[in-house]
Amino acid sequence: MADLEAALGPGQARAEPLELALYQRDAGVDRGAAAAVCFPTRGADVAAAVRVAARHGRSFVARGSGTGLAGGATPVGDPLVIVTTHLTRILEVNAEEQYAWVEPGVLNLDLSRAVQHLGLHYAPDPSSQQACTIGGNVATNAGGPHCLASGVTAMHVLAVEVVLGDGSVTMLGGLAPDQAGYDLRGCFVGSEGTMGIATRIAVRLLPDPPAVRTLLLDFMSIESAAATVSGIIAEGIVPAALEMMDAQITRAVEDFVGAGYPRDAAAVLLVELDGLPSGVAAQVEAVRAVGTEHGARTVRVAADDAERALLWKGRKSAFGAIARIAPDYYLHDAVVPRTRLVDVLQNVYKIADRYDLTMMNVFHAGDGNLHPLIVFDQREPGIWERVHAAGDAILRTCIDAGGVLSGEHGIGLEKREAMPLIFSADDLDAQARLRDAFDPSGRANPQKILPRGSRCGEMQRVPEGAWV
Amino acid sequence: MGVTVSPVLDRVDALQARIAAADAVVPVGARTHWEVGDPTTGGVEVHAPGGIVAYDPAELTVTVGAGITVGELAAVLGEAGQECPLDPRAPEATVGGVLATGLSGPRRLRHGPLRDRLLEVRFVTADGRLVKGGGPTVKNVTGYDVPRLLVGSMGTIGMLVQVTLRCQPRARVARWITTRADPFEARRRMFRPSCIAWDGETTRVLLEGHPDDVVAEAQAAGLDADADAVDGGPGWPDGAHRGRISVRPSRLRELGLALDEIDGVSWLAEVGVGTVHVAAADPDGLVAARAIAAAHEGWLLREAGAPGVSGYGRELPNLAILERIRAAFDPTGKLSPGRLPGAPAPAPSPP
Repeated sequence: MADLEAALGPGQARAEPLELALYQRDAGVDRGAAAAVCFPTRGADVAAAVRVAARHGRSFVARGSGTGLAGGATPVGDPLVIVTTHLTRILEVNAEEQYAWVEPGVLNLDLSRAVQHLGLHYAPDPSSQQACTIGGNVATNAGGPHCLASGVTAMHVLAVEVVLGDGSVTMLGGLAPDQAGYDLRGCFVGSEGTMGIATRIAVRLLPDPPAVRTLLLDFMSIESAAATVSGIIAEGIVPAALEMMDAQITRAVEDFVGAGYPRDAAAVLLVELDGLPSGVAAQVEAVRAVGTEHGARTVRVAADDAERALLWKGRKSAFGAIARIAPDYYLHDAVVPRTRLVDVLQNVYKIADRYDLTMMNVFHAGDGNLHPLIVFDQREPGIWERVHAAGDAILRTCIDAGGVLSGEHGIGLEKREAMPLIFSADDLDAQARLRDAFDPSGRANPQKILPRGSRCGEMQRVPEGAWV
Repeated sequence: MGVTVSPVLDRVDALQARIAAADAVVPVGARTHWEVGDPTTGGVEVHAPGGIVAYDPAELTVTVGAGITVGELAAVLGEAGQECPLDPRAPEATVGGVLATGLSGPRRLRHGPLRDRLLEVRFVTADGRLVKGGGPTVKNVTGYDVPRLLVGSMGTIGMLVQVTLRCQPRARVARWITTRADPFEARRRMFRPSCIAWDGETTRVLLEGHPDDVVAEAQAAGLDADADAVDGGPGWPDGAHRGRISVRPSRLRELGLALDEIDGVSWLAEVGVGTVHVAAADPDGLVAARAIAAAHEGWLLREAGAPGVSGYGRELPNLAILERIRAAFDPTGKLSPGRLPGAPAPAPSPP
């Protein structure tokens, strides 16, 4: 503590039990314990804190707003928790070259607001965008509804200044289009703090589209809605966003915000089309036709920005709405091939029935990214066991359909033991090599992403001295 | 769909064995990108299988053997009205070769860099294991991004054998238009052109989308979509000695003017991106272009010709990390030896 205070200044580090308790978990379910927590206000202080941790042989965990859902920021092994929420400066906005340099604690939505007057925006828009930080988005390679056409965070990060495990600072990527050598920037994004801590990030800003239309389609069956999703893609349309909500979540949201969603629908699709006016107009008609062909009861096209915002408010309030139904929820994030959506969803509902759980589905249908949401009250005896068992069954269903464990939340602590479900020992070994080459000290957010034993057994195959 | 599906992974056993047994291995595609970067000192040459492994247009992804040519892939995707904008100069290039060299195509301004295309990869490691990285879905954060490590790795991490790529619907209309308008000003007036190619005098713009939008965009930018229409786009600089400069997009104008001062050098810049394609009549011209790139905080990658000239012309950034990664995957430096700086020192002979 004395070293930390000396490095960062008085009051910038804490180790009182009550304070530490605030940092024992993120928005996921796993808990840990921190040895100390610090609040750097400059990038250089992050490096200083990492060096203090190194001197004391401690690991360190970077933490933004703590909105992560996979335990990526959960402190494991008495680490130093380095909180980035005081690093909130937007350092540069360059409208001509369409990028911005930001500190990691800048909130996602604050960045888009700050560049709005220039006709630019930052594309990745996780549902938690009012609260989550750009640094956290980089760590988890965050997505959001608008990643269908624009791509996830990795496609929007041009450069990252990183504090490595030994406290040294380096720049990965750059503002020029290509760097010689391996794409280290690309490796870093999504590495959940296990390769170091970002202290400055250059993100790509996109021009606002000249035309945007948002449609709400409602259906009497999940199958019709899912078929419409495939039909839209088959028409050669990649919407800016393509979101589905099932009957339960639609009602919950409607009761919560009154966005005008039909309360009796089995499923609704929220479709956003953007681009140049003629193309968008043609696509609106094509989506309407595809929806009608697949049995859409109504196709509502938002008449103006206010109605558009209201439709989106419904989608983005989904997680607030469920708090009115039960105090706890457990959320999965698997991705399945788009063409398997219907049978996977049917299986997911069967699993909910089997474990007698309340299940809601609100998800990024366009890219097959499911968010089955189990709502429950943890005071109910034995409920956790059922929730976990159902969660495991859902994951397996998704993997059997050719899916992956996580589309945008990350693996963190929560899903690391599930990694062998889709990766062989050799696959995991390759990932461990990449991680360890970045951080030979092993002090950057240890015990995340890779399951226990990823390196064991493989070590013998490597000639002696090969590991740095 | 009349796509002939051919499995890849059940016919790579022999390949794995050859790689494991060799002291030096060099993956070879169509040799269209053979001279990019530093030359290899050679080794056992291995070829990836080709063919389409899986293609369902509704998924907007395609899985292929890395040895398939870009032209073959384009033909299959085209039948379904889709494309994967790899866009190498020579369509006989293999998909694996394009990915290994990491060179993005000229439509990057709109469709993004090459590295954003690779979703899942199967590669053979130096010790002959078949390893998977990434996943087949368009969205995936399950584990480390091994696919991005492999794009541009010049065959030094492993041999690409099977890849899953992100595709997209083809635009209804794609039209190159020519203008003498200032390219930087033209860019500000358009929403998302696919390419703005500028050679210092003439600006050629590729517009893709709905026919009415293409016409409107052209007019908004002060261009005439009908006059001066060219087929197939601008001529890319050609010559025995070629390279590409990577520089911040804001430095392009002064960089271009400086390149004009070198005799025997032709160039074409991708405005908004920062890539400048350079061709020189002799190796000295390429060296001079490299010096100009450096003066503008950029760098030049040698793509072809200019034997004896360094592939990169500078120390690679983060060389220590590159060295550690390379050593972790290839401890004896047997994969594509010579390519990319940062290879492990050859292992001492056993006593």
